[in-house]
Amino acid sequence: MLNIKCPYCGDRSQKEFAYGGDGTIIRPELNKDISDEKWDEFVYLRKSPRGKHIELWHHIAGCRQWFKVQRDTVTHEIFKTAKMNEEIK
Amino acid sequence: MSQSHRLINEGLINRNKEIVFKFNGKKYIGYEGDTLASALLANGVHLVGRSFKYHRPRGFFGAGVDEPNAKLQIKLNNHSEPNVNATEIELVEGIEATSQNCWPSVEFDIGAINNFLNKFFPAGFYYKTFMWPKSFWYKVYEPFIRKAAGLGIASLKKDKERYEHKYEYCDLLVTGSGPAGLSSAYSAAKNGAKVILAEDKPRFGGSLLTDDVTIDNLSGKAWADKIITELKEMPNVIVKNRSQVFGYYDHNMMVMFERTGDHLKNKPKYTPRQRLWYIRAKEVLLSTGSIERPIVFGNNDTPGVFLSAAAKEYIKVYGVLVGKKPLIFTNNDSAYETALEFKKQGVEPVILDTREEQSSELIDNVKNQNIEIKFSYAVIAANGYKKVKSAQIGKLNKDKTGFENNEIIECDCICVSGFWTPTVHLASQSGNKLKFNDQIDAFVPDKSKQNETSIGASKGTFNLKETLEEGFKTGFEVSKNITNNNNSISIPNSNEAKKISHDKFWCSPLPKGKNFKRFVDFQNDVAVSDIEVALREGYRSIEHVKRYTTLGMATDQGRTSNLNGLQLVADVEKKIVPQVGHTTFRPPFTPITIGTIVGREVDMEYMPIRKTPMHTWHKKNNAVFVDAGAWKRPRYYKQGNETLFEAAKREAKNVRDHVGICDVTTLGKIDIKGPDAAEFLNRVYTNAWLKLPVGKARYGVMLREDGIVMDDGTTTRISENHYHMTTTTAQAANVLSHLEYYLQIVWPELNVNVISTTEQWAGAALAGPKSRDVLAKLFPNLDVSNEALPFMGYVEGDLFGLKARIFRISFSGELAYEINIASDYGLFMWEKIMEAGKEFNIQPYGTEALSTLRIEMGHVAGPELDGRTIPYDVSLEGLVSKKKDFIGKRSLQKEAFNKDGRQKIVGLVPLDKKSSIPEGSHLVVDKNAKLPNPKLGHVSSSCWSVENNNPFSLAIVKDGKNMIGKKLFAVSPLKNTAIEVEIISSHYVDHEGKRVRS
Repeated sequence: MLNIKCPYCGDRSQKEFAYGGDGTIIRPELNKDISDEKWDEFVYLRKSPRGKHIELWHHIAGCRQWFKVQRDTVTHEIFKTAKMNEEIK
Repeated sequence: MSQSHRLINEGLINRNKEIVFKFNGKKYIGYEGDTLASALLANGVHLVGRSFKYHRPRGFFGAGVDEPNAKLQIKLNNHSEPNVNATEIELVEGIEATSQNCWPSVEFDIGAINNFLNKFFPAGFYYKTFMWPKSFWYKVYEPFIRKAAGLGIASLKKDKERYEHKYEYCDLLVTGSGPAGLSSAYSAAKNGAKVILAEDKPRFGGSLLTDDVTIDNLSGKAWADKIITELKEMPNVIVKNRSQVFGYYDHNMMVMFERTGDHLKNKPKYTPRQRLWYIRAKEVLLSTGSIERPIVFGNNDTPGVFLSAAAKEYIKVYGVLVGKKPLIFTNNDSAYETALEFKKQGVEPVILDTREEQSSELIDNVKNQNIEIKFSYAVIAANGYKKVKSAQIGKLNKDKTGFENNEIIECDCICVSGFWTPTVHLASQSGNKLKFNDQIDAFVPDKSKQNETSIGASKGTFNLKETLEEGFKTGFEVSKNITNNNNSISIPNSNEAKKISHDKFWCSPLPKGKNFKRFVDFQNDVAVSDIEVALREGYRSIEHVKRYTTLGMATDQGRTSNLNGLQLVADVEKKIVPQVGHTTFRPPFTPITIGTIVGREVDMEYMPIRKTPMHTWHKKNNAVFVDAGAWKRPRYYKQGNETLFEAAKREAKNVRDHVGICDVTTLGKIDIKGPDAAEFLNRVYTNAWLKLPVGKARYGVMLREDGIVMDDGTTTRISENHYHMTTTTAQAANVLSHLEYYLQIVWPELNVNVISTTEQWAGAALAGPKSRDVLAKLFPNLDVSNEALPFMGYVEGDLFGLKARIFRISFSGELAYEINIASDYGLFMWEKIMEAGKEFNIQPYGTEALSTLRIEMGHVAGPELDGRTIPYDVSLEGLVSKKKDFIGKRSLQKEAFNKDGRQKIVGLVPLDKKSSIPEGSHLVVDKNAKLPNPKLGHVSSSCWSVENNNPFSLAIVKDGKNMIGKKLFAVSPLKNTAIEVEIISSHYVDHEGKRVRS
């Protein structure tokens, strides 16, 4: 069970969170034309990197905030967590 | 009664407390403080079981977790548990133990014929034999294998014991209370760290209980007692015995299994039998010690063959002699300590040492005591079937590949020592890649992946002085980084006999012409010859050899067999062990009970139950409940001997004819507030929301980004910037997360807040032509006329002084209202409605009638919104705005979604107007077509239409738009039905929707 530091609540066990997928995906703007390929990429295509990955987690059994986690997909090491309006470099 | 092998003075057992127990039906007596194994050995019982494959007689081999053989079926307090390690279970009054894997008895076991047929049971026997014919597998082979193999029998009775889970957090978890564990826990605790010290056995001290050493001028045991006493008094320390840390998971999550009740005779009611601890530790110190490994020789599985350290433990801890004429077989110094202990008890051992004659403190000491030592000697084979009677021994030739002679020596036990294997399981589980240490011929931890440090014997430090240094130093340093304190304690002086290096001898050669079975893995019956066969047949990877031979795959995880197996592979392959590598260590380190894993989550606590405020009323009125997620919803209210089918028909009919009331508290409710709420809803739903006036509700459909319908429901504008959204019961949590996702991540600029209010409002649906009459009676001061409160209207009313929200919305297709009231008054509201409705023939209706009503009305629900349908498929395309953008809109342009012949919802009626169509039936043209029969669609929902008095179903079918009037078959291989149906409109009742507006 991972130990995740919610940027709002602090260290909590994985049990309190839901995984939310790739944290670098940006939804295309509303009311703008977009090619089939680009839309398809947004909806379906995700990388599955080995190593560092920025992903979204949702503190569903806590403050209900979504936030970013930088995690190693092999070792599960968590390097950083950040609020949505903060950058992870 | 005689305990023929019990010593008079030695041991830590309580001789004042006799305990009576049964083994294989016979009564024995042991003492408090015994294990089942030590008590049986005290009574001279060695034969405890039969081996897995060959049914060879097996006896005790170890004294703790190292035990591969003595797995017993234990009956205690009305429960029966298989595969319990006799060396680990403490003796309590009333235990009944029986041997496993033998029939009719352990003394006479018919399966032992396998031993004589062993040529037919080579490595990979199962893989080779049971491959063909394929059809034999289920009927012949599998039942046969199941019967012949396996160990104990799992009880079919309900486990009435109590199990618990516990969460704990600490700075430092120390796993094992030997010298390394005690010293590190002590120095870390003294430095202010929050420490948990876990010991698997009932007694603290590890090797200090059995080794002849001094620390701080105290005996090992006295020093351990002193440290433990002090630790127990410290507020920052938790000391736990009978507690096995068995799993090392991510981010230093350790899982520990505590035996809280099995050793208690009269366990208090609320004391659990076992407890599972989840411990999140900042740092973990692995002081798990080491396990002695055997030397392999002929018939080395005969009862009476022991690990030499186990023999010593039986003497020192339990006051039990494993034999009165011991033969000690060793390649190192530590077995000499066992010899000295025997000698102290007046027993004369003989030592065979594979090393050439040499001198060390221990060897000299033994010589001075006139104990016979035969250097350059090894055991060839044990003699005896159910018990060691003698041993064939021989002088090894120069390169130790054969024997110069063959002698018989009388003995009643053989105590074997092939040096020590560090217990690296937890380190390996943590992600630590092990490295091979050729000084000790074993794997030791290398670089840490998590915050763990191995100390003492578990990393290959076998010397007491160094172990204490490591323990005190590591405990201090690790705690310093956490507490920032600087209190180090001086390391106490210590004294133990110096040992010299061991001999890399691990397997006795076979003399010419002899073919003894030499076992590497006792529990899975893997002999040297089996591994040789696997290698001959081309298996190279150690992981493959393991699976093919089952080496190390038993419940003891190969604790005593792994390294010898690797040695053997290395020798045959002409490699060295590190080139062979090792197999993966996985949790649990020792078997744990299913009960502990489950904990308190049984019966009522299996999952949380959500009840609406009206639950007691439903119960009183004979509701039969159905699970809707965690909710309990009335499925129907049973009258007399009614069936579900009859009740649902009655309840639904009453709604169509008069008025019904349904508990809709379970619907998801989300409160939405903020100046941008309208804009937000406009993006979330497919239809337009900007112009919804205050006091009006609207039906909305929301999509996922891939264009699939996610959920539907009504949302009401309560005031300018305040909306009340409803979701389906099933999707309530997902919709909230979905909204939060878009508000927090995608459109943070929108000034909107959402919160679940599902629990805050109790809801009742009032449906049927008479519902307005009931409403008028309930709210006499409110104008509820069609003009004042039209379809999709919303007003607030005063229900006996309570604020009620009244929505004119309808799921049943009838004139209907939903009334919400603060949850605490839900029951009050319900009773008032029933009272007011009495004169109008009001009846409650459950989910079954609810479904009937919505199905015949053609309203879609979960079975249609199944995560595969777009709005067109469920005839909701009219709600899809062409003007504005919304979540998932772009996906609706996908070619497949717009192709001619796209699936669409339709209604179905059986031609005979009688046969109910099973949900899930496939729609096909020809019911007798060859399989796979091309499928045109499936039946999603079925009911008995109370309006038309015949069965009616909804189906999603290919080109549904053009299928009206066509005849197909609805086939259900599961129910074995093939019903001819006609396709009609999905709206079977009130096509024009007049009733809801009446």
